[in-house]
Amino acid sequence: MEALYATLIAPFADFEFMRRALLGSLLISLSACPVGVFLMLRRMSLTGDAMAHAILPGAAAGFLLYGLEIVPMTLGGLVAGVVVALGAAAVSRTTVLKEDASLAAFYLISLALGVMIVSIRGSAVDLMHVLFGTVLALNDAALTLIGAITVVTLGCLFVFWRALVAECLDPLFLRSVSRLGPPVHFLFLGLVVLNLVGGFQALGTLLSVGLMMLPAASARFWTARVEPMCLAAVGFGMASSVAGLLLSFHLSLPSGPAIILSAGAIYLASLLFGPRGLPSRRVRGLKHRTA
Amino acid sequence: MLKLVRHSLLLGAAAFASPAQAQEPEKLDVIATFSILGDFARQVGGDRVEITTLVGPNGDAHAYEPRPADAAALANADVILVNGLYFEGFLERLVETSGTAAPVVELTKGVETIRAGEGGPSHGAEEAGHGQEETHEHAAEAGHDHGGEETHAAEASHATEAEEAHRHGDIDPHAFQSVANAKIYVKNIADAFCAADTQGCETFRANARAYTARLDALEAEVKAAVAEIPADKRVVITSHDAFGYFGHEYGIDFRAPEGVSTESEASAADVARLIEEIREEKASAVFVENVSNPRLIEQIASETGLTVGGSLYSDALSEPSGPAGAYLDLMRHNVRTLKGAILGS
Repeated sequence: MEALYATLIAPFADFEFMRRALLGSLLISLSACPVGVFLMLRRMSLTGDAMAHAILPGAAAGFLLYGLEIVPMTLGGLVAGVVVALGAAAVSRTTVLKEDASLAAFYLISLALGVMIVSIRGSAVDLMHVLFGTVLALNDAALTLIGAITVVTLGCLFVFWRALVAECLDPLFLRSVSRLGPPVHFLFLGLVVLNLVGGFQALGTLLSVGLMMLPAASARFWTARVEPMCLAAVGFGMASSVAGLLLSFHLSLPSGPAIILSAGAIYLASLLFGPRGLPSRRVRGLKHRTA
Repeated sequence: MLKLVRHSLLLGAAAFASPAQAQEPEKLDVIATFSILGDFARQVGGDRVEITTLVGPNGDAHAYEPRPADAAALANADVILVNGLYFEGFLERLVETSGTAAPVVELTKGVETIRAGEGGPSHGAEEAGHGQEETHEHAAEAGHDHGGEETHAAEASHATEAEEAHRHGDIDPHAFQSVANAKIYVKNIADAFCAADTQGCETFRANARAYTARLDALEAEVKAAVAEIPADKRVVITSHDAFGYFGHEYGIDFRAPEGVSTESEASAADVARLIEEIREEKASAVFVENVSNPRLIEQIASETGLTVGGSLYSDALSEPSGPAGAYLDLMRHNVRTLKGAILGS
């Protein structure tokens, strides 16, 4: 019992930074995991990585105007992210180009622009190093930011749930019954950018993209219905946050990678043991052959 | 006709101008990789050298990305001054691609190196020993030492990559943080300049002597200031292990959550241990640095009720107008900040 307390509870009871890290990562799980599920269902799983590059020109512009201040750099990043996401969506809706191709085009333009701006200033400080936080150093401002993002995200998901599900799974149906389709899609992209950019600022790129996509991908192996999938993703995200922080504390591992590797372990376990993972495939295949 | 007159005029002017220019010495084109080396070079070279600094004030040489202009500058240089010990991770390939013929002078040559985290607890001793062995092998293989002093070649070894050396908790490259080492840097710079410009040698030696005298005075100042700090309060926390030599030389124990390179990421265990140390009153002050993200240090400070003692200048000078525009100012600023924060706590 004593040992259990020392292993599981004491790190959080003794250290405030651990409590803050836990709160921050649980909140981002609550907010980003459902968004990740929708991203995955829309086949936009790599958006997060693209976005990590796409925000550079905004952050750089904030840096040029205000120096190394977190708020202007984050706002700049947010603007750049929204422009890239909405621009890509608009192009894919109005032209022959698919969403992935137009996103790639937009984020590459954006990244190049960012590198150009940074180089003009000629600073050697790695901007992204400064902008990207670490889960071990969540100050009040970062926690407030994550909290606000969580509230906004959950509120939007709650209000627009049915429209989102329809837009994800059957956009043609939604278009036939309502004119909400495009606005809902743009709103959803806004949520994605908000979660990612806020997450980058508070937690770093790896952690915020990883917590968005890995639990969602794991949850896909367990159910085909959207609601349980979102709940499972949130559960997986929270479990990996707790496990990762404890691993980082006891085994002296860097905390971001520890959390994401925990999520990765859940993914592999889901792949092997989930009802829709590898085994089910084999069983179904056999059945098919015998039938 | 007019053309001919003009030409002869030009020729005449050139004939008059050239002897005058021969007396005006050709300036040495010197490249210094970062601002602190640039300052040393300026002190030694005076107006006989033209200095280009690659990583400017407040820049982080660990994470620097070179530009084509840098390669061009290297190609046209007469002397290239580098810290060595894999401080400049970007350097080796840049020198290769620039195709420069200039000698690359490692200013840490002759410095007694210490291992990363020596005096601090951040890297295990066994691990460091292991790293040492490996780099010896690399040194034997690579063996492209630029000086004659083979005795130090093993210590100032050549691992294949800076990051590798860092990860093994190997040799700490921030040698310039001790004034004693700064004097070796200055001597090495004078030697390099003499080799490149024999006519100016006298001037360089004289400049180096004058600057070394100022460094001596600075060192006495630093020692006096540290002596005023009680022995049981000489443990402080900074964001990355940049002050190993300072601590080693003057007896202050610096601890950091990030390790030697600003690239690595902290673990929860490291942060927890630092907080424990502050709680047990082993560590008495925390500081941020000019080249790295202050948030982790601020978190540690707020959790333990300490206020951040100020900003230390580690791997780069500040802007010329700032508090650490030259090496002498940088050391004075750091010592003053350290003393003020420790005695104030």
